Amino acid sequence: MKKNILLIIVLAAFPLVMQAADNLFYVSFASRVMIYAIAATSLNLALGYGGMISFGHAAFVGTGAYVASICIAEGVTSAWIGWPAAIAASALAAWAIGAVSLRTRGVYFIMITLAFAQMMFYLVNSMKAYGGDEGLTLPQRASNLGNEVAFYYVVLCLLAATIFLLYRLINSRFGRVIVAIRENEARAVAVGYPVFRYQLACFVIAGAAAGLAGALLASHGKYVNPNVLHWSQSGTLMIMVILGGVGRLWGGAIGAAVLLGLEHLIAEHPIAWLAALLPNYQQHANLGVGLVLLAIVLFAPQGIAGLLAKEKHAAA
Amino acid sequence: MLRLEGVSKRFGGLVATDGVSLEVAQGEVHALIGPNGAGKTTLIGQISGTLPPDSGEIFFEDKRITKVPPHARVAVGLARSHQITSIFRRFSVLDNLALAVQARSGSSFSFWKPVAKETALFDEARSIADEVGLSDRTDATAGNLAHGEQRALEVGLALATRPKLVLLDEPMAGMGPEESQRMIALIERIRSRVTVLLVEHDMDAVFRLAGRISVLVSGRIIATDVPGKIKSNEEVRRAYLGDEVAA
Amino acid sequence: MLFLLAAGLTLVFGIMDMINLAHGSLYMLGAFLASTFVALTGSFTAGVLLAIPATAILGMALEVTVLRTLYERDHLSQVLATFALILILNEVVRLVWGSDAALPMPAALSGPVELLPGLPYPAYRLVIIAVGLFIAVILYLLVAKTKIGMLVRAGASNREMALAMGVNIKLLFTLVFGAGAALCAVAGAMLAPLFAVQVGMGENILILAFVVIVIGGIGSIRGALVGAVLVGVVDTIGRAFLPLLFGLVFQPRVASAAGPAIASVSIYLLMAVILYFKPKGLFPARG
Repeated sequence: MKKNILLIIVLAAFPLVMQAADNLFYVSFASRVMIYAIAATSLNLALGYGGMISFGHAAFVGTGAYVASICIAEGVTSAWIGWPAAIAASALAAWAIGAVSLRTRGVYFIMITLAFAQMMFYLVNSMKAYGGDEGLTLPQRASNLGNEVAFYYVVLCLLAATIFLLYRLINSRFGRVIVAIRENEARAVAVGYPVFRYQLACFVIAGAAAGLAGALLASHGKYVNPNVLHWSQSGTLMIMVILGGVGRLWGGAIGAAVLLGLEHLIAEHPIAWLAALLPNYQQHANLGVGLVLLAIVLFAPQGIAGLLAKEKHAAA
Repeated sequence: MLRLEGVSKRFGGLVATDGVSLEVAQGEVHALIGPNGAGKTTLIGQISGTLPPDSGEIFFEDKRITKVPPHARVAVGLARSHQITSIFRRFSVLDNLALAVQARSGSSFSFWKPVAKETALFDEARSIADEVGLSDRTDATAGNLAHGEQRALEVGLALATRPKLVLLDEPMAGMGPEESQRMIALIERIRSRVTVLLVEHDMDAVFRLAGRISVLVSGRIIATDVPGKIKSNEEVRRAYLGDEVAA
Repeated sequence: MLFLLAAGLTLVFGIMDMINLAHGSLYMLGAFLASTFVALTGSFTAGVLLAIPATAILGMALEVTVLRTLYERDHLSQVLATFALILILNEVVRLVWGSDAALPMPAALSGPVELLPGLPYPAYRLVIIAVGLFIAVILYLLVAKTKIGMLVRAGASNREMALAMGVNIKLLFTLVFGAGAALCAVAGAMLAPLFAVQVGMGENILILAFVVIVIGGIGSIRGALVGAVLVGVVDTIGRAFLPLLFGLVFQPRVASAAGPAIASVSIYLLMAVILYFKPKGLFPARG
C-alpha cells in the first residue's frame, strides 16, 4: 500500500515539475505511455487472466479511436459524449466478434480474431468520408483539453481507475471463474459454469477498456489513421503484456512504460559503438525488439512483473 | 432417477456405444463394469453431456436431458468425476472446492466484491474437504498433492456441486490398497445423500459397494443384476469376470 | 499459390502443433533468395530452382535452433516467439538486401496466351496454376501413397500415438519443416514477378494462408486445397460482383464507398460463417 501511495505522489507531481522546467514534451510523452498502459492492461485482462489469445485487440482500440474522432469531426467535442460513445462502440464490436470467435478454440481463435481485426482495418481504410488510408486530423482534443498538464491528469485518473477496477475484478467472483476457465476449461464446465458467457463478458470488458484507450489516443495526437487497427499493433500490445507480465496487475502498465521508454531512448540517444558497427541501427530497432521478445519468451516468460515478484519472494 | 434409452455412439467405423438402455434408481449405488475398451468412459461422457450421442435419449428425473449442455446438467444435479484427474492445478485445494461451491451459489457475474469475504463459500468448501479426507491439506496447491489425494479432490469437486446423482469414473484408478479403502469408505459415507453410478475395475470395491451391477461389453449391456447373480452369470464370466474374481 | 503456403502451414501446425507466424517470412526469404540467384545465374528457372533448397535449409536451421524449444510451450509463447522471429527476419533481410529487390518476369512468359478464341490469359499466371496443380498432385501422392506420407498423416492426427510407435519424431519434424519452407520458396519465387519483392510481404499473405487453413481444417492438405480454392473464388467474385450488387440496391454514393470495403472483407466473412457452423474447419485432421 505504501508503494502505491508513493507511486501516486510521484506521478501526480511529475507534470508540475516538468512544467516548472518548461519541458512539456515529456508530459505529453508520459500521457502517451499511460494511454498505452490502459490498452495493454485491457489486453492483459483478456489474455493474461482470461487466457484468450486475441490477436485482434487493436481492432477495439481502433474502434474507440475512430468513434471518438468522428464525434469531434462532426462537431460533438465534449469528452463526456465522445468517450463513452467510443467505449460503447468498442464493447459492441467486442461482443460481436467475441460471440463468433469464442465458439472456437486454440489456434482457430487466434486466427479468427486476427482475421476480424484485419477486416475492420480494411473497412476503416475504405471510409473515404473520414480520411480513408490517409487518416483523419482533428481540429482539437475532446473537451478542449489542449493543456498538456490537464490532459495528463485526466489520463492519470483514468489509468488509476482502470487498474483499480481490474484489481477488484480479479478478486471478485467473476475474476475467479475467468482464471479457473483459463486454468482448466473442461473442469470449469464440469463444475457447472457456462464458460462461453463468462469468456464473452470478459472479452467485452477488455474491448470496452481498449476503446477508452483508443479515444484517448485519438485526442492525444489529434489524429487517427487505419494503422491503429493493423494487426502489428495487436502484436505490439501483446509484446507490452508479456514484457510487463502476463496475468499480473501491473503487467500492462509496466510493459507499456518499458517498451515505449526504450523506443524513445534508442531514438534519442545514439549508442556510439553500435553506430560504428551498424550506421543505420536506429532504423532497425525492430531487430532489437524481436530479439528481446524472443529472449523473454524463451527465458523469462513471466515478464518483468514476474521477475520482481520472484525477487521479493526470494528476499523474504 | 437416470434413464438411458437406446443410446448409441460411433466414431468412424468403431461402434463405441451400441443401443445402451440403462436405469439407475434413486438412492442406489449402481456399478458399471466391463473390460477395457468396452465403452465405459464414452458412455459416461454421453451421460455428463460432453459427448453427444448419435441416437437414443437420456432422461434425468424423467426430464429429457439429451440435448442439454454439460454445465446445465450440473445445475440440475448431475455431476461427474473424471477418470484422468482434472482439477485446477494452480489453485489451492480450498479454492478448488470453493469454486465448485460458488458455481451453484448465486450468480458469479459479480465484479466488485472480493470473494475472500464470502466466508459461507469457504466454510462449505472446508466441510467437503473434511468429507473427502483432505481437511489438513486445504492450503496445499492442488498440483502438488499425492495421486490419491488428487483423486479424492476430484471426487470432492463433484460433490461440491451438491448433486443428486454423481458419476464416478474409476475413482480408484492408480491407487494403492490403503487409499482404495479410504475411497470405499468415502463412497459408503455419501451413499445416503447421493445416488452413485460407479465405473470401476476394482472388483473388491464393486462387490462391496454396489446394489446393482451392469456389465458393458463392446458397447452393449449384457447383464444388469444384483452382485450375487452377476458373479454367477455365465456370459459375464466368459466376457469379463473369469480371471478377475475369485469365485 | 496460396495453396502451397497453406499446405506447408497446415502440415507444420497439424503435426507439430505449432503456430508458426514466421511462415510468411520464409516465403519472403524464398523470394529474396530467388532474386539473388536469378541475378547470379541469369536464368529464371535456375534461380527459382536454387532458391528452393536454399530456403529449405534455412528453414531447417531455424527449426533446429529456435523452433524446437517451442514445441512443448503453450500457444501464446509460440505466437509471441514466432512474431519475434518475423521482426528479426524482416530486419535481417533489410540489412542484407535492402528494403526490396527486383525479380522481373521472364520475357518468354510475359505475353498472353489464348485459352479459347477471344479469351487471352496471361501466360505467366497459367504457369503458376500449372505449377500449383503439379505440386498439389505430387503432395497428394506423397502424403497418401508413400510410407513417409503415412507417417506424416499419423503424426498430424495423433502425435502421441506416432511417438509411442517409435517414429523418429525429431527428424520427421525437421524434414516436414524443410518441406514447408520449400513450398514457401516456390510460392515466393513464383509470385515475385507479379507482386513486389519487399520486406513485409510475408505478413499479408500469411494472414490469408491462415484463413485458408482455418477454413480447410488444420492438418489436412485436402482442406488446404479446398480452402485455397474457396478463398480465391470468393475473393474474386466478391471484388467483382459485390460493388455491382451494392450499386443495385443502394444509392451510388453509399455503394461506391461500401462496395469495395465489403469486397475485401468477403473472405473474412466466409471464414466467420464457416467457423460458426464448423468450429474446426471443413476437414479437420483430428476428430
